[in-house]
Amino acid sequence: MRNTQLNMLTALLALAGLASGVAHAEDKLKIGYISDMSSLYADVEGKGGAVAIQMAIDDFGGKVLGMPIELLTADHQNKADIAASKAREWIDTQGLTMVFGGTNSGTALATAKVAEEKKRVYINNGAGTSVLTNEQCSPYTVHYAYDTVALAKGTGSAVVEGGGKSWFFLTADYAFGQALEADTSKVVKAQGGQVLGSVRHPLNASDFSSFLLQAQSSKAQVLGLANAGGDAINSIKAAKEFGITKSMKLAGLLVFLSDIHSLGLKNTEGLLLTTSWYWDLNDDTRKFAARFFEKTKRMPTDIQAADYSATMNYLKAVQAAKTVDADKVMAAWRGMKMSDFYGSGQLRADGSYIHDMYLMQVKAPADSTKPWDYLKVVKKISGDAVFTTKAETKCALWK
Amino acid sequence: MEIFGVPLPAMLSQLLLGLVNGSFYAMLSLGLAVIFGLLNVINFAHGALFMMGAVTTWMAMNYFGVNYWVMLVATPLIVGAFGVVLEKLLLRWIYKLDHLYGLLLTLGLTLLIEGVYRSVYGVSGLSYDTPDLLSGATDLGFMILPNYRAWVVVASLVVCFATWFVIEKTRLGAYLRAGTENPKLVEAFGVNVPLMVTLTYGFGVALAGFAGVLAAPVIQVSPLMGQNLIIVVFAVVVIGGMGSIMGAILTGLGLGIVEGFTKVFYPEASSTVVFVIMVIVLLIRPAGLFGKEK
Repeated sequence: MRNTQLNMLTALLALAGLASGVAHAEDKLKIGYISDMSSLYADVEGKGGAVAIQMAIDDFGGKVLGMPIELLTADHQNKADIAASKAREWIDTQGLTMVFGGTNSGTALATAKVAEEKKRVYINNGAGTSVLTNEQCSPYTVHYAYDTVALAKGTGSAVVEGGGKSWFFLTADYAFGQALEADTSKVVKAQGGQVLGSVRHPLNASDFSSFLLQAQSSKAQVLGLANAGGDAINSIKAAKEFGITKSMKLAGLLVFLSDIHSLGLKNTEGLLLTTSWYWDLNDDTRKFAARFFEKTKRMPTDIQAADYSATMNYLKAVQAAKTVDADKVMAAWRGMKMSDFYGSGQLRADGSYIHDMYLMQVKAPADSTKPWDYLKVVKKISGDAVFTTKAETKCALWK
Repeated sequence: MEIFGVPLPAMLSQLLLGLVNGSFYAMLSLGLAVIFGLLNVINFAHGALFMMGAVTTWMAMNYFGVNYWVMLVATPLIVGAFGVVLEKLLLRWIYKLDHLYGLLLTLGLTLLIEGVYRSVYGVSGLSYDTPDLLSGATDLGFMILPNYRAWVVVASLVVCFATWFVIEKTRLGAYLRAGTENPKLVEAFGVNVPLMVTLTYGFGVALAGFAGVLAAPVIQVSPLMGQNLIIVVFAVVVIGGMGSIMGAILTGLGLGIVEGFTKVFYPEASSTVVFVIMVIVLLIRPAGLFGKEK
């Protein structure tokens, strides 16, 4: 008797939960942003990403199709299981309409699967792995800012063209680092260079000296850093300390503005890097940067700028589709021509946003004339040249 | 000559680098061992205080232009004083309770301290230059060793063995050890035990601050730097035996070296090897390598 009562009660509660979930879904558009908020990638996107998304929501007017827009945020602590289960929880209990994935490719691959299964639009800017739009592409994934292929074709080929023919990789041992190493190796070999070896370090390692000595003894000309955030910072710092930079050329395959800010120009001068956006490109970028700076006291990284732009364009797509249904929103989005301070271009069938990228070089301390004046444009690379081509793709949606 | 396919010079250089990391482990685990030995508190805030040492050093340089050498002395005093305040205000209320309470309290303190620094400085950290006197590198034949790294090993060995000497070989140390065995009796002899306990915590924490100063030019000064290290350091203390001074020093150095070699033979496992060793040691000698079975 007691058991039946308990069961009844549980069932009732579950029903109540379901009902409230449905009710929420009807009267609000909810965006769930899940990124690294506290660890090694937190400065790349982190809380600043949430600020950028909220700015876009506010600029859009706070409402779409008559529904108020709400932003939920969570810290995935670089753990794929936390990211995926948070997304699942929000979709099931909060009626989440769109999943906004953050940095860390491992978490991104896991969350994209959940979004595909639940038919929710999934946007990612922070994670690099090209697998998101290649082997594991989905009709609901939008990979907006950059990917490891673009980094490889941008920085990788520029370094090979500059005479760096033999490479050794220092790779973060997870989805992102492995993808970046593989994609860059392809570019290096295709241009007649060779890869002499690689060493894989655990994510968020603090001491890189040992790995760097192994790299040095390979006698390669170029040390390719297939890591990011705090790992890239500590690698570059130690490389300078151990005099590696005298015998090898550093290729930081994914270096963010926040990394340069933290290391200082003295430690990074001359470094080549590929980025999707930089705050000091033109008046429009400077205008956004100034607004962002006012809120966070930091200049936006390319990822944070992309967060704003992607949110804005998603909301426009929802408006055009006149529904939050993922299939219809994606169809409307694919048909849209996008153009704003971040860039211009179109979504491709595999989920990549094809836009221009920039090959940049870190300025010498003497050339930096104002705060956050760190990069100069070496060249603008057209999106078609830098992202995966139709001949290379393994994505079934784009065959 | 090669050892398991790795040339001898490469082995030697990894040995040396392992020793550098081991020096940090030794200094931090020594502080933990001293605190645990006397206060019976598992000081989870150790990593945060290590970070605080590094950040304090950076702040002194950036805001006041105070150089490295002054901070090498001043930082441990500042962090130590902070520790004394913590002990007086918070820790002394929990000595009679289960270890778990000390662990929870200090873990909470860690989250607080790191949170404050994170919101002020972000996670990417701050760059601290090597002091001029120690910049540059020496060619040892088999490797190029930055002078600063050599200094780290020397400085930490001196501090570790001085601490060991004071605790194990002097009258003051004898009071301290007696205080842990039977505080009531020692107090009856006219020794101010509560004061001694406060100062011991201050000293243990100052060691973390000192390690922080040493680390500032080596790793990026960031709110996360303590977190990354402290878990390993706890494993070191467990392997060495809780409360054993010499055990903490030797295990710290030894594990730094083991980790260094792992980075050559199987780099992917370098962050787990310490824990594998911990499991094995706990299975064979539950009290740790240097601990006494009770």
